[in-house]
Amino acid sequence: MIGLEHYLTVAAMLFVLSIAGIIINRRNLIILLMCIELMLLAVNFNFIAFSRYLGDETGQVFVFFILTVAAAEAAIGLAILVVLFRNRRSIAVQELNTLKG
Amino acid sequence: MNWMDYLVAAPEIVMLGLICAVLIADLFIQDEHRVRTYWLSMLALLVLLLVLVWTGQSGSRVIFSGSYISDPLSQILKISAVIFVAISFQYSRDYLRANEIHRGEFYVLGLIGLLGMMIMMSANSLLTVYLGLETLALSLYALVAIDRNNVNSTEAAMKYFILGAIASGCLLYGISWIYGVTGSLQFTEIAAVLSADPSLNSLPLWFGLAFLIVGIGFKFGAVPFHMWLPDVYQGARTPVTLYLSTAPKLAALAMFLRILVDGLDGLHDTWAAMIMVIGVLSLLVGNFVAIAQSNIKRMLGYSTIAHVGFILLALFCGSEEGNAAALFYTLTYIVAAAGSFGIVILLSRRGYDAENLADFKGLNARSPWFAMMMMFLMFSLAGVPPFIGFFGKLAVISPVIDAGYVELAVLMVLASVVGAYYYLRVIWYMYFEEAEDKAVLQASTDTRVILSLNSLAVLALGIVPGSLLALCVRILG
Repeated sequence: MIGLEHYLTVAAMLFVLSIAGIIINRRNLIILLMCIELMLLAVNFNFIAFSRYLGDETGQVFVFFILTVAAAEAAIGLAILVVLFRNRRSIAVQELNTLKG
Repeated sequence: MNWMDYLVAAPEIVMLGLICAVLIADLFIQDEHRVRTYWLSMLALLVLLLVLVWTGQSGSRVIFSGSYISDPLSQILKISAVIFVAISFQYSRDYLRANEIHRGEFYVLGLIGLLGMMIMMSANSLLTVYLGLETLALSLYALVAIDRNNVNSTEAAMKYFILGAIASGCLLYGISWIYGVTGSLQFTEIAAVLSADPSLNSLPLWFGLAFLIVGIGFKFGAVPFHMWLPDVYQGARTPVTLYLSTAPKLAALAMFLRILVDGLDGLHDTWAAMIMVIGVLSLLVGNFVAIAQSNIKRMLGYSTIAHVGFILLALFCGSEEGNAAALFYTLTYIVAAAGSFGIVILLSRRGYDAENLADFKGLNARSPWFAMMMMFLMFSLAGVPPFIGFFGKLAVISPVIDAGYVELAVLMVLASVVGAYYYLRVIWYMYFEEAEDKAVLQASTDTRVILSLNSLAVLALGIVPGSLLALCVRILG
């Protein structure tokens, strides 16, 4: 029988994977954006599992809001990525080092 | 639900309408008349201010099935946010025009950010907080990148975006756990569930709480979630830095008060420890790293981190007095921050950004009046009496002592002594060093008047600090 704890474990694994992806990846900003999306999906997983478990629809409504905001966030992230590429001709993470101190 | 509910939320609804109006009007304004967008936005802010005053009431009203609250705290925060957004638009106008980035988007994004802040200030459920936060954050990412041909701005925007997205992911993960444990998203219900069933106060809830604090700490720019702040302050164009350093701090404070004080007060013992650690770290890292900076925007960025440390340590006490002190401190801090960035903007000319501390050398010989204004602001940030910053520090330290943390209070005093060093260095540069560039600062009359009023306010409020402090105590009492 698949219970709440299984869903929560999957969500936690997805969340940790996305964090690991952000930390380990040093080459490509697009992979970073994908990791951010994965993180939000892990949260959605959590919300759906809790919502089903509690028998309360609020969590599912929250998921729709997260999906909408995630779309807007991806749009802005990609737009910033495009202007960054125009200026620097590179989207490597390790080259984001002009500002430091 | 009835139509009276909409009246309570009138400020946000009116704001949304006005943003759409400004956005559409801006389409029909030619580049050489772009200043009209500025006047339209100012008009929108004035209308909003009138609506806020008109809908103001003494009690608190919860509407939209418990997701929105209108109370004296939200009203005072909103009114201050509107005023500071208006001030930052005013200081920015001439700079944007001179540097040919005078676009309508600056004002529209600024107004959308303000809408996000207002939603955060009136949030009564975790969903509303999240939506307000994202409305604010998404417009800030775009604002930082507004000068799209500038390498530093775009890099800062990218860093801000990535770290901001991770922080909101963590916040959401925390929210999902709180929801799972308490079965509700509304702060009043969460507080009721927690007080009814103490057995809920256990590991899953603490797990969610830790993630929530990551999100809140990021929004404040507290150590160890501060990595974005100096880079964004330095990389963004100065008007954007000015905007970032003022009103969003009020929104972060509102978020803290709503989530942790209204919603999770039952967990005070658990979150207080975490807040104390990040508060102390912010105090130390902010003050010591700021000494090493040669870029004024970066230095003020680290100084923000240090001030956030003070705010968090006041909030950590969990007493009404501490919360009132945090509100008072935030207000006094952003008055001085707005003025200092206003002077940094004034020092810049076409194609040249005065970003270095060395640019302040000999300012007294160039423009004695503005040098004096900057001196007032620096004294206030450093916490020298009789300027308002001193009373802010006093107000923040006394609840810490009342809560019995005398060592912490000593640390706060020592940190502000360290902080005084780098603020006084600016004053030293202005008065005792030779200027390389002798040009007198140019400013339009309205900028001159508002900047002077802003700077004199830190002195005037410092001479009569009682009424503002009493207001803060009354609101949070």
